[in-house]
Amino acid sequence: MPKVSMTVNGELVSKMVEGRTLLVDFLRDTLKLTGTHIGCDTSQCGACVVHMDGSAVKSCTTLALACQGAEIMTIEGLADGETLHPMQTAFNDHHGLQCGYCTPGMIMTAVDMVKRLGVPDEETIRAELEGNICRCTGYHNIVKAIAAGAEAMNKSNG
Amino acid sequence: MYDFNFHRPKSLRKAAAILAENEEAKLIAGGQTLLPTMKQRLAAPSDVVDLSAISGLSGIELKGRKLQIGAMTKHYDVATSQVVREALPALADLAGMIGDPAVRNRGTIGGSVANNDPAADYPAACLALNATIVTNKRRMTADEFFTGLFDTALEEGEIITKVIFPLPKRAAYAKFRNPASRYAMAGVFVSKRGREVRVAVTGAGSDGVFRLTQAEEMLSKRFSEKALKDLTVDPDGLVGDIHGSAEYRANLVAVMTRRAVAAA
Repeated sequence: MPKVSMTVNGELVSKMVEGRTLLVDFLRDTLKLTGTHIGCDTSQCGACVVHMDGSAVKSCTTLALACQGAEIMTIEGLADGETLHPMQTAFNDHHGLQCGYCTPGMIMTAVDMVKRLGVPDEETIRAELEGNICRCTGYHNIVKAIAAGAEAMNKSNG
Repeated sequence: MYDFNFHRPKSLRKAAAILAENEEAKLIAGGQTLLPTMKQRLAAPSDVVDLSAISGLSGIELKGRKLQIGAMTKHYDVATSQVVREALPALADLAGMIGDPAVRNRGTIGGSVANNDPAADYPAACLALNATIVTNKRRMTADEFFTGLFDTALEEGEIITKVIFPLPKRAAYAKFRNPASRYAMAGVFVSKRGREVRVAVTGAGSDGVFRLTQAEEMLSKRFSEKALKDLTVDPDGLVGDIHGSAEYRANLVAVMTRRAVAAA
């Protein structure tokens, strides 16, 4: 089996993987980072979104071996110790989840969105969420949470 | 997904050599189509050759009146490039309508063009702008390149390196998306360069992307929505499936053509 090395949440990891190992399986099964979820496994739902070299990608549609040398950030890498990331706090404050299954992907997508777009308006947030599906909430509180998280992120960046 | 040997060559020459040695090998760019296809076992290559470590395959450059886009350039980069936004905004708009943000961060123009999915967006732009597809072996015009459903003129061991778009005077893309898959049910790209008008349709043809010559003739006389008032599209040869009948798509194609001309 070939070996892959990448940085995950700031730590360098090197493991043997099969060619067909998906990034999401590598994260969940090999590294036991089970915060990243598998929803549809067909790149529709976004439960598996992580950041690869700073951009949101669907880890169910990325090969682990294609991440050789990459910097991966998962939901586990977002908080600063016990202090939640402002986007995580916003999802909590605005009740931006019900069952929570889509939440890691929603939050990783939201953080990527804010990094690119600053403080997006509601219409933009809804359009940007087209690759993330939630089957509980009807999205209203997710959109509110992202708007609030965007404000908080931009404030904390000074 | 069945297992395979993974390769990540650093040069085109090496990539071509791996393809030559392994008949069942497949190239992977962003993998946004190939990996789902392999998961469904519709493809089971013995070897997968990742092009991402080869330098010089991505980037956007304006050379005179031509826009050159490297095969590994991601949809997100085309959609947000200042150069594309200014020189060929219709193409930036098109790239921004592909899939969703995370898909656009991985998917590439070369992958989309090489795969020639009948509902993919880039083939419509290539055909309507008569782009030149450059490979490690030769150059082809879009008219020569797209040969049918998931089919192109690419030969064994041939690798797309860039796509060159001549800049049109006017151009626009209008897409009616399937709300679930985000693929085009009908996508129409129109362009006018000098006296030449070209109209290309994706998502609707049962043999893949095609030119709507009937609309081209109407628009050659006068490039305006009014010139299309008698346009009706023949449903023969169009896709009919659970998402819409051939007749429905024929109507969509006419509507999208008008919208594209109005926006150009």
